[in-house]
Amino acid sequence: MLHTVNKSPYEKNSLETCLGLSLDGSDILLIEDGVYGAIAGGKASAMLLEAMKTRQVYALGPDLAARGIDPGRLVDGITVVDYGGFVELAARNDRVQAWL
Amino acid sequence: MIFSIMVNEGPYTHQASDTAYHFAAAALAAGHEIYRVFFYHDGVNNGTRLTTPPQDDRNIVHRWSELAEKHGLDLVVCVAAAQRRGIVDDDEAKRNSKDADNIAPGFRISGLGQLIEAGIKSDRLMEFGD
Repeated sequence: MLHTVNKSPYEKNSLETCLGLSLDGSDILLIEDGVYGAIAGGKASAMLLEAMKTRQVYALGPDLAARGIDPGRLVDGITVVDYGGFVELAARNDRVQAWL
Repeated sequence: MIFSIMVNEGPYTHQASDTAYHFAAAALAAGHEIYRVFFYHDGVNNGTRLTTPPQDDRNIVHRWSELAEKHGLDLVVCVAAAQRRGIVDDDEAKRNSKDADNIAPGFRISGLGQLIEAGIKSDRLMEFGD
């Protein structure tokens, strides 16, 4: 299952809820303000590192660029994708859940 | 693969309408089909032809209309959400005795059943909102 998170962890607890409820093997894609959660050393760093033991985490490249976040500053293990990659993730997973 | 897209946020609010548009364009570019785009809640505001954003800004409404024309997309605005927010086509203008309509090209007004049908007929229903 693909989970999309579009809220900053500094604004809402969508990412924390998603990580708490998503199952092992899930794909989690950070989009829009959700990409703030991907920054290494940030509020969500430890949560994401723990989650990535059993789940794959992605961040949408154009949304990182729009916010001036260098992909080199992300938590280790996060994969950057473009909109084509977003479509691929949605196609590859049998369901999609948007955490708004 | 067949996708449908649900947009629950108005244009120029946060980013949901932009993300939905870019996802739709990327899906079409990859050879997928978009069965329907359903605009619900404040998302119905994507369907007014009366917006005039600054010339150096993206025109979110035109962008949807152009994508619909190019790919034959079905852009559906929820009727109940549209009535509350003043999004009106010719039929709705007559039915509710309004003096004008404002629906943008490529959009049509219909009911929530269209969202349910889109969910049934599509492999994936993508939700974009606030």
